[in-house]
Amino acid sequence: MKQASGEKCINLKLKVWRQKTQNSKGRLESFKAENISKDMSFLEMLDVVNEGIILSGKEPIAFDHDCREGICGTCGAMVNGRAHGPEKGTTLCQLHMRHFSNGDTVIIEPWRSRAFKIVKDLVVDRSAFDKIIQAGGYISINTGGAPDGNAIPVPQEIAEKAMDAAECIGCGACAAACPNASAMLFTGAKISQLSLLPQGHPEAKKRALAMVCKMDKLGFGNCTNEKECEAECPKEISITNIARMNREFLKSGLFS
Amino acid sequence: MKLDSKIPNGPLSEKWDRHRFDLKLVNPANKKKFEIIVVGSGLAGASASATLAEMGYEVKTFCIQDSPRRAHSIAAQGGINAAKNYQNDGDSIWRLFYDTIKGGDFRSREANVYRLAQVSNSIIDQCVAQGVPFAREYGGQLANRSFGGAQVSRTFYARGQTGQQLLLGAYGALSRQIAIGKVSLFTRRDMLDLVVIDGKARGIIVRNLVSGELERHSADAVVLATGGYGNAFYLSTNAMASNVSAAFASYKKGALFANPCFTQIHPTCIPVKGTFQSKLTLMSESLRNDGRVWVPKTPGDQRLPAQIPESERDYYLEDKYPGFGNLVPRDVASRNAKQQCDIGKGVGDTQLAVYLDFKDAINRDGHDAIARKYGNLFEMYEKIMAHNPYETPMMIYPAVHYTMGGLWVDYNLMSTVPGLFVLGEANFSDHGSNRLGASALMQGLADGYFIIPYTIGSYLAETSPEKIDNDHNEFNISSLKVEARIKKLISIKGKRTVDNFQRELGNILWEYCGMSRNNSGLKKAKKLIKNLRAEYWENVLVGGSEQDFNQSLERAWRVADFLEFGELMVIDTLERQESCGGHFNEDYQTDENEALRDDNLFCHVSAWEFRGDKRKPKLHKEPLTFENVELAQRSYK
Repeated sequence: MKQASGEKCINLKLKVWRQKTQNSKGRLESFKAENISKDMSFLEMLDVVNEGIILSGKEPIAFDHDCREGICGTCGAMVNGRAHGPEKGTTLCQLHMRHFSNGDTVIIEPWRSRAFKIVKDLVVDRSAFDKIIQAGGYISINTGGAPDGNAIPVPQEIAEKAMDAAECIGCGACAAACPNASAMLFTGAKISQLSLLPQGHPEAKKRALAMVCKMDKLGFGNCTNEKECEAECPKEISITNIARMNREFLKSGLFS
Repeated sequence: MKLDSKIPNGPLSEKWDRHRFDLKLVNPANKKKFEIIVVGSGLAGASASATLAEMGYEVKTFCIQDSPRRAHSIAAQGGINAAKNYQNDGDSIWRLFYDTIKGGDFRSREANVYRLAQVSNSIIDQCVAQGVPFAREYGGQLANRSFGGAQVSRTFYARGQTGQQLLLGAYGALSRQIAIGKVSLFTRRDMLDLVVIDGKARGIIVRNLVSGELERHSADAVVLATGGYGNAFYLSTNAMASNVSAAFASYKKGALFANPCFTQIHPTCIPVKGTFQSKLTLMSESLRNDGRVWVPKTPGDQRLPAQIPESERDYYLEDKYPGFGNLVPRDVASRNAKQQCDIGKGVGDTQLAVYLDFKDAINRDGHDAIARKYGNLFEMYEKIMAHNPYETPMMIYPAVHYTMGGLWVDYNLMSTVPGLFVLGEANFSDHGSNRLGASALMQGLADGYFIIPYTIGSYLAETSPEKIDNDHNEFNISSLKVEARIKKLISIKGKRTVDNFQRELGNILWEYCGMSRNNSGLKKAKKLIKNLRAEYWENVLVGGSEQDFNQSLERAWRVADFLEFGELMVIDTLERQESCGGHFNEDYQTDENEALRDDNLFCHVSAWEFRGDKRKPKLHKEPLTFENVELAQRSYK
C-alpha cells in the first residue's frame, strides 16, 4: 500500500465480514467509503460508513473500539490480511487513512482463531485471554501490608525489560496473526514481566506452569517460530518473551 | 434533606485513624454472607472488587467492555502522586494535602483531601508489591517526575502508560479473586437502573450487550465506579463508551448529583482536525516538564515555527507565572491557551493551537534522554498528526478530560441512597473545582484499596440488610421502565442518527459551558438543550433491534441521558455565580483574568436532588469549612 499523495479525500471500496451471531454463516459485504479525509483514523472511516448504513435503514457494522488512542486493546481487525492493518506498531484506531490511496479495495475481517469466537461482524470474544491471566498472571498479595516501595531495589535495566513486556494491551493480534493461533506472545509477555521482577520470583515456577497449561487447554496452538506475532503486535512486544517463558516453563517442570 | 458529610471530629491528621477505629466491623465468618455489586472495573472498581473479595465478601463485578482490563483508567498516561518524599525535596502528607486543596481552588473537603494524601503512600507500596513496573533510577530506587501545581517531584510513573500499568495490577488482583470464585465477573453489561428497596440500594438492572436481554442482580450494597461525564461534550479524551448513565439513573433514584459544573479541560491535547473527529487524544501533562509552551508574539503570524526567531516568540506561561512556569495547574494553562488563541495568536490551520516545544530540552539532555521519558507519546503524536515532534514543536489545544463533579458522597463514600457507594471519578469528593495532574489515579486507588473496604463493612454491620429476591416488585418496576424506554428509542425511527444528536449537544456545551462561561450564553444553552432533547425523542434513528448486539442502541440510551444531564450541568453552572478552578464565569475574574471566587456566597458543594422530569431539581448546599488552611486567592506567579 503506497503513501497517498496530493488529494485530501479518497474513495475506497470496502469488503466487510458480516455475521449475525456466533453460529450463523458469515459473508463479505461490499460498501463504498466516499469522501474519506486522509486525516481520519480507520475507525472514524468506519463511523462515516456506519452513519450512511443507519440512515439507509440497515444494520451498521459491529466493531469493538473504546479508547481510540491505542492503549485499551479493544479494537482490532484483519485489514487486507494484516492484523490492525498495514502500519507497523499501530492499533487499528491509530491507523490513519493517509496510508491508503484513492480507489483502494480494503478487506476487513475479524480475528480468526479457534479460541476467539465471533460475536457479531468484526466483534470477537477474547475472554480466553482473561482466563490465561486468571490462571496465574499476577503476584499473590492481598491489599495492605506491602513493604515500602523502595524496600526492594529493582535495577533500572530489569525494570525497563519488565516494562517492555508489560506494554501488552491484550488485543489478540498475536494469536490472530499466528498460523497456529498461538497465544505464546501474550502469555510470554506476562510471565516475563513477573519473572523479571524480584517481587514475582516466589511464584515464578507455579505461574509459568499454570498459565502455559491453561493456554493449551483453551485451544491456542504452539509456537513454530513464524514470528508473525512480533511483526503484527501493535506494541512491538519481542519474541524473546516467548523464549523467556519457555525457560520458566522448563524450570518449573525440571525442578519442581 | 439535610446533607451530613459525616466528617469525624478531632484534629485533621487523626480523623481517619479515629474513624477507622469507630467503624463497625463484620465478623470474618459473616463476611461471606454479604453480596456486594461493583459496577465498573477501572482503577476504583477493580481495586475495590479485589480487596472486598480478599476480605471475604461475595462480589459481583460488572463492566461494559469485553474485559475488565480495558476500562478507561488504562489510558491515563503521566503518573500517580504520593507524598513519599523520596526526592528529599520537602514533600510531606501536609504538602500534598495543601497542594491538592489549593489546586482545587478551595472547593473540596479538607478531611477527604487529607485522607487521600495520607493513603497515597500505601498505594505506591501496594502497586510495587503487585509487580507494577514503575520507572527506576540507576540504583534501583523508584523514580519521580514533576507535575503541574506542585513544586516538588512526587509523581511515580511507568513511561507514559502509568494508568495502564496500575490498572493491570488491579486487574491481576481481581483476576486472582475471579479464579478462586470470590468475584463473579459480568462483562459486556450496561447498568441501566438502580433498584432501591425500602430506601436502600439493593440491586441493578443491566443490559447484556451481546444478547440484548435485561438482567436483574441483587446485593446487600451497590458500589458505583463508573467514571465521569466528559462525553456530554461529545469530543473529549474519554473512551467512546464512557457515559453518565449509571450515575444518572442513581440520581433519579435519590442520589444527589454534586457540582456537575466542574469539568476539567486539559491543556495539552492534540487539536481538533475536522468535523469527522470522534475523540481527542491527550498528550500527558508530564510533557510540560520539558516542553516549553509558546505562540508567535504577533497575532496572525502564519510562518512555520522554525522561521520564527526566538525574539518573536511569546513564552506566555513562563512570563506570566515565573514561579511555576509551564507547570501551572491545568485550568490556568488551558485558559491561557484559549486567551492567546482568542487574540489571534493561535497556530496551525485552524489557529486553535499553541506550540509545545522540546528543542531546548533535546539540546540540553539529548535525543535519547527525551525519548526514554516520552518516546511513546511522541510516537502517538506523530501517528495522528504526521509531524515529528523531535524536529518540530507539537501543536496542542485544551480538551475536555476529567469531571470533578459527580454523585455526592459522605466521608464514607456513601451517597444519599443508603447502601449506594460511589468511587473514583464518579463521585465528587476530592478535587474541588480543578484536579491536579496525577491525582485521579491516586484517588481511584485510594477509594478502592483503602477506603471502601473499611466503610462498607460498617454499613453492612449496622444495617444487616434482609435477604431479598430479584423478583421483588421494585425489580419488576425498574425492569419494565427500562424495557419501555428501549422500545421507545427503537420505535421512533426518525431522520437523525444518535451521533448526530450527540455532536450537537457537545457543540452546545463546549460553546456555552466550556472553558469560559457567561450568563447569557448559559441561558441560551439551557433552551437549546431542551429543544434538542425534545427533538431527540421524536426524530432519533436507532438502527437494529433490541434483542441483539446493538451498538447503535447502546449509544442511544447514553445520549438520552446526556441530553438530560447536560441541562443539569447548565443549571448548576448558572447557579454558581463566581469563578473557581475549571469553572470560569467571565463576569467574575481578577484584573489579571484569573478566576475570582466568592467565598461568602459559594464556599459550598452544590448537590442537586431529582424531583421528576417536569420539575426543576432542588439545590442542597453542603457548606465547606476550612479550619486548617487559609482561603486565599490562588497564585502561581
